[in-house]
Amino acid sequence: MPGVDGFMYPNEVELQWSVLIVLYPFITGLVAGAFILASLERVFNVPAVKPTYRLALLTALAFLLVAPLPLQMHLGHPERSFEMMFTPHTTSAMAMFGFVYLWYLMVVLVVEIWLEYRRELVLAARASAGLKRLFYRAITLGSDNISPASLRIDDQVGRIVTIIGIPSAFLLHGYVGFIFGSIKANPWWSTPMMPIVFLFSAIVSGIALVLLLYVATSRIRRAPVDMPCVDTIATYLFYAFMVDFALEMIDLIHRIYEADESFRALDFMVKTRLFTSQIVLQIGLGTLVPIALLGLTQLLRLRDRTRVRIYVTAGVLTLVGILAMRWNVVIGGQLFSKSFLGYTTYKMGFATREGLLPAVLVLLLPLGILAALVKLLPPWTSADAAHS
Amino acid sequence: MDTTRRDFLMVGTKLLVMTAATASALEHVLAGAPEAAAAGPYSTAEHWWAMLIDVEKCIGGGHCVRACKTENNVVDEPMYFRTWVERYHINMSDPDHPIVDSPDGGINGFTEKYADGDGKTFFVPKMCNHCADSPCTQVCPVGATFRTNDGVVLVDKDYCVGCRYCVQACPYGCRYLDPRTHTADKCTLCYHRLTKGLVPACVEICPTGARQIADLKNPNDPAHEYLRTHKIQVLKPQMATGAKVYYNGLDGAVR
Repeated sequence: MPGVDGFMYPNEVELQWSVLIVLYPFITGLVAGAFILASLERVFNVPAVKPTYRLALLTALAFLLVAPLPLQMHLGHPERSFEMMFTPHTTSAMAMFGFVYLWYLMVVLVVEIWLEYRRELVLAARASAGLKRLFYRAITLGSDNISPASLRIDDQVGRIVTIIGIPSAFLLHGYVGFIFGSIKANPWWSTPMMPIVFLFSAIVSGIALVLLLYVATSRIRRAPVDMPCVDTIATYLFYAFMVDFALEMIDLIHRIYEADESFRALDFMVKTRLFTSQIVLQIGLGTLVPIALLGLTQLLRLRDRTRVRIYVTAGVLTLVGILAMRWNVVIGGQLFSKSFLGYTTYKMGFATREGLLPAVLVLLLPLGILAALVKLLPPWTSADAAHS
Repeated sequence: MDTTRRDFLMVGTKLLVMTAATASALEHVLAGAPEAAAAGPYSTAEHWWAMLIDVEKCIGGGHCVRACKTENNVVDEPMYFRTWVERYHINMSDPDHPIVDSPDGGINGFTEKYADGDGKTFFVPKMCNHCADSPCTQVCPVGATFRTNDGVVLVDKDYCVGCRYCVQACPYGCRYLDPRTHTADKCTLCYHRLTKGLVPACVEICPTGARQIADLKNPNDPAHEYLRTHKIQVLKPQMATGAKVYYNGLDGAVR
């Protein structure tokens, strides 16, 4: 059979989960990571990252809104997807997605953003007229009190929401890891490390994304890049990446040393069909190079411009590496036969329902939503005001 | 002729017995075929279905694959099978690494490939194991796939969302997404036949009797005797799925 080496069970020849399912953990990971970065300022009192606080929240929201889209596009019957919420099967990890998602979206993210922006929304409602006024009025939910006492309550509640938000972000992405890690039929997925590795790679990708967005938006606004801010974020990225890499290496070394029944098949797969995406893109370009670059900025005294360039390069490579990691988990997990006797090929379409084009559009959509959110809820003016 | 009291009693008793017998016989005649009347309607509580496959009897003719595709209107293309047959070839110098093939799921049988005396070659029919603790039903987000009371794993096509999590969760590669309905599909053990007292199509057609349906709740089922007197193995026992396709003569190399 074309594309098949060795023996596959006949039903395994076609892959079930496409590039869209690669995007699902990638996008939710960005959400969780961006939120964790935002919470650094709020809960862990790292004032240096303040300029990215609001941007990180809006980024998390923009990507979270898109997160279920690739899943919907992939379902055989998207019109029945509401059944997962109304008649969830309690033993199914997947059935919990809707609840974890809604919890995170409605209870954590939207509430935190609303509390953060409430003062500006009230002021905007007062300053504008007509439809615009009506709109701002509506999203203040009728709350017009911006007395110092009231704002202090906002801040305290916001802090509590963030404290709830951190375990929620862990839950959101750890849960996505569990979807894969709990499939005992698939040795490439089945490991209790999966939720933890997913979580740390999520943190890494989210931090990298917000770093890039911050530098990019600063350029667009012709505003100076706040060096203490990007230095701090880069330091966090460096350390989070070290932990993530260590976890992935523990998993890898453990697999190599244990060399169980699946090892020969998986080892061969990594050295052949996954070589480019796993060894070159994920581990080489996507992990070792950015860690080395970030490490360089920790060791050497470099000029501001050079540092920003290194951060941007490291950030882009990090995102490529984490996307490659999601690819290797999702697609890699379906390339070998559960008989361990053969391999199949993933044939990605282009303008098909689950092809490359819709995947690229799904990845670009959150950036469009973010642009709209930034227009609606400007992250900078008040951040600058807060600084002054 | 005088009728004595003794005669009267004898004749009377005989008549009474005959009437009663006739009456009860008439009941059966009116009820239709005596066996059907005894069986009653199908009750899921009275059965627990399993399958016996005798590897030593399978000749790889592919009748079962063809019968299954016809009976269940399975998509024709060679990546959709409710049952298929694999050919294992084991070289005695390397028994851990069998060479396996299943051209078109074995639907047209197999052409001769290995010479006599060149290692060992045998056929392994595969199908859904109708696991008692099935990982596929565990992961279904809406409960569209489930195990019936009588031990058969089925899919509700009107409820399945087509997420394919069950396909990923099956260790045996027994599920696929039906491209016509966009829902998960798999062997039903010919449930539509079982519940009418018939055997699955693959069992019925097999010329060597390599496949036998087994009702483990029926004490008179010959499967009990078969299981008692043969060395039985299930596929991938380490998966602990409670697989109910019991193989006789299964080589350790089979996955």
